[in-house]
Amino acid sequence: MTSGASTDVVVIGSGFGGAIPAYHLAAGGARVVVLERGPWLSSEEFDHDFKLGSSYTRIFDFTVGDGMSVLGGNCVGGGSVVYFATMPRAPRFVFERQGSIGRRMWPAAITRDTLDPWYDRVCEALPITMQSWDKVPYAGGLFAAACAHAGRTANPVPSAVDVDKCTNCNWMMAGCRFDAKRSLLLNYLPAALAHGAEIRPLHEVQHLSRTDDGGYRVHYRVVDGEDYRILHDSGTIDAKIVIVAAGAGATPVILQRSEPTLGTMPSAVGRYFSGNGERLNTAVFDDDRVREVLGLSRPDGRGYDANQIGRGPTVATWDKLDPDLPEYERYSLEQLFFPLGLGTILAQVPDAQGPSWFGLAKKDMLRRWQSWLTLFTMSEDDNEGVFGPPPATGNADRISQQMLGRGPLRYRPTANTLRGWAAADADARDILERDGLARVMPWTNDVVGAYTVHPLSSCRIGDDPATSALDDRHELRQHPGIFVTDGSAVPGALTVNPALTIAALAERAVPGIVRAAQERGVPVTYHGSLPEGTATAVPQVVPG
Amino acid sequence: MQPETPEEQQARVLTLEAFADTIIPGTKRSADDRAIAGVSPDGGAVESGALALMEDPAGGVSLMLGTLSEALNAHATRYAEANGLTLDPAVPPFVGLAFDHRTALLSHLLAPDNPEKEMWVGLALFSNMAYDSAAHMNTRDALAAGHPGLLAIGITRPDDDGLWRFPEYSYGRPLSRPHPHTTPTGSPA
Repeated sequence: MTSGASTDVVVIGSGFGGAIPAYHLAAGGARVVVLERGPWLSSEEFDHDFKLGSSYTRIFDFTVGDGMSVLGGNCVGGGSVVYFATMPRAPRFVFERQGSIGRRMWPAAITRDTLDPWYDRVCEALPITMQSWDKVPYAGGLFAAACAHAGRTANPVPSAVDVDKCTNCNWMMAGCRFDAKRSLLLNYLPAALAHGAEIRPLHEVQHLSRTDDGGYRVHYRVVDGEDYRILHDSGTIDAKIVIVAAGAGATPVILQRSEPTLGTMPSAVGRYFSGNGERLNTAVFDDDRVREVLGLSRPDGRGYDANQIGRGPTVATWDKLDPDLPEYERYSLEQLFFPLGLGTILAQVPDAQGPSWFGLAKKDMLRRWQSWLTLFTMSEDDNEGVFGPPPATGNADRISQQMLGRGPLRYRPTANTLRGWAAADADARDILERDGLARVMPWTNDVVGAYTVHPLSSCRIGDDPATSALDDRHELRQHPGIFVTDGSAVPGALTVNPALTIAALAERAVPGIVRAAQERGVPVTYHGSLPEGTATAVPQVVPG
Repeated sequence: MQPETPEEQQARVLTLEAFADTIIPGTKRSADDRAIAGVSPDGGAVESGALALMEDPAGGVSLMLGTLSEALNAHATRYAEANGLTLDPAVPPFVGLAFDHRTALLSHLLAPDNPEKEMWVGLALFSNMAYDSAAHMNTRDALAAGHPGLLAIGITRPDDDGLWRFPEYSYGRPLSRPHPHTTPTGSPA
C-alpha cells in the first residue's frame, strides 16, 4: 500500500465533470491530482475493431442492473471519448420540471437564462458548432426527410465534431481515430496538464475517509491494464478538497461505500437516478419507398442503404419539446447510430410470430442492417432509479475482463415514464411508417431492462435537503469540501443529450469550489480562462 | 473440479452450439451435423464463432460453460417429458430437440420473469455478438476470412490501412424545416 501522498485537490474521474474543474483549479494555482479508473489512450490506439481487448471494450463499460443497464466511458476523458458529441442546450421548460417531488426540482438559482453564459463557455472551449445540411450524413438526412414528409420539423443538431476532419466512419464509441471529435483529450485535459495537474489512469477510487486536519483521504486500488477484474496495489492520497466526478453510475457508489468512514450520507445519494428517459426504436426502411416517397437517392441510385455511414446522431425533431405539453409527454426524437456488438440484440422484429429478438426472423432482419435507422427517444422519466448496497470494489461486479459488469442499480419505470415512452414510440411509428417508408419497433426491455447512455441524477443538486444530495454549489450536504460535478448532479432528465448541460454545470460550479479551496488554505484563484486546444490526443508519461 | 472427459467435452460443445444456433440459426456444416438444426440457408452464430467467443477467458462465461450445458440439458429433459417427446439418446437432450422446441424452451428460459434468465441472456449475448461483430477476432481479419455474420449484415471493407472512411456520405441539401423556435446557437428554446 502506498500512502502519505497529499495534494490540494483530488478529482475522481476525468470526464466533463472532472476535467473542467481540474483545469480551472490547476490554472488557478492549486495542486491537482486526477484519479481515473480507466486507461489513457492516444488517438492511434482508437481501433476500428470489435475484438475483445480493442479500444471498443477497453474504454467503454456496459453495466447491467436490475431493470436498467448503463453504458458509459471508462478511460481518461470519460464519456467525452466514447460520446457522439451531440451538444444541444436543454430546453427552458426542463429547468422548471417538478418530476417525482411535486415541486421545482432544480435549484432556484439555475434557469436556462442563468446557465446560458456557462453553456457559451463550453461551446467556445470544445468547440461546439452548428451543423449545415450539406454535411449531414445520409441517416440524418433520411430522418429529416421523413419528418418533413410527416409535416414535422427537424434540425441538424449542434455538435462537437470537426466535420472537416471527420471520415463518417461511425466508430465514435471506440474513440475518434481522426481527432475530429472534440473529446476532453483535446482541450481541458491537456490544458490541465500544462498547468501542472497530474492524471493517474487505472486508479479506481473505492472510498473516502477524513484526515485529522479537516481534509479527506482518498483510497484507491490500481486496476490491471488488461483485465479490469484484477486489482493490484492500494494507496491513499490526502486532499483539502475532493471533487467526485466518477459518473452517475459510480459517484453514488463511492459515497455509499464511504459511509462507515465519513458518516451518514444525504438520503439522495444513490437515489433519484434518471436514465434521461431514454429508449430506442429501430426502423427498417424500404429502399424503393425512400426513393419514391421522399425523392432521396445516392449517386449510385440507392435511396439509403447507409446505416454504417455517419457520425452518430446528427438530426433531431424537437416538435414535442413544447412547454405547453404536460410534463412526461415532452421528448425529442433523434436519429442515432448504434454500433454492432451491442446494437442489434435488443432490436425487435415487427409482427414476430415467435421470439422477437432472436431466431430466424431476427436473422432475416439483420440481413437488412444497412437499411436500419435507429431512433433515439430522450424523454422525462420519474427519477425512479435506486442504488442498492455497493459491490466489494468499483461500481460493478465485472463479468468480462473489460466492458461487461453487473451493478447495484434498480429501476422500475413508473406509469409517467411508460406514458412518455408510449407516446414517443407512437410518434416514431407515425413519422417513419407513413406511406410504407419503414417498419418500426422499439428495442425490447425484456433482456437487460431499460438502458441509458446518459445516466443522471443519482447525487443531485437542489434546494431541498430531503430530495437533493448537493446544494446549488454542488457541495455534498453534511460533508463540506466534497463536491460532485458530473452527470449525477443533474436533477433530472433533460429531454436532450446531456453532455453540454453537465459541462456547463461543472463550469458554473468552479468559482464556488475555488472559494471553498481558498477557505481551506489552498492558494488558488479563479481566472475564468478557457483551455487552449491541441491537435491530437497523446497521453503524458505517468510517474510510477 | 474434475477435468472434462472427451465425451463430456463433446456433449458440452454440441449443446452450446445448439443454443447458439437457436439464437442465430445457420446451415448444417455437414449432413450429420446434429448441433445445427439447419433451418437457415447460410452460416449463423455457430459458423461465426460463437463457441470461440464463449470460451474466450476475456468474456467471463468460459468457466461456467460446463454448468450451463448441464443445466440446459436438464431443462431439455424436463421439457421433453412435459411435452411427450422422445429424445435421441445418441446426442445431449437439448441437441435432440427439434428447432421449434429449442426455440420454445429458450423463450421460456430467457423470459423476463424466469429466475435463471440472467445466465441464459449472457449466452445469448455472446451468440449474437459472434454473428454481428465477430468479437473473438480482429474485424478486418473476419471480413477477409468471409465471416458469415459480417457478410450477411453487409459491413463494407475498410481502407487498406484497416480504417473506414466514407467520402460520399450526404444528400447534401436541406431536407426539413428547422423548428421555428430554434435559438441562434442551434438549440431548442
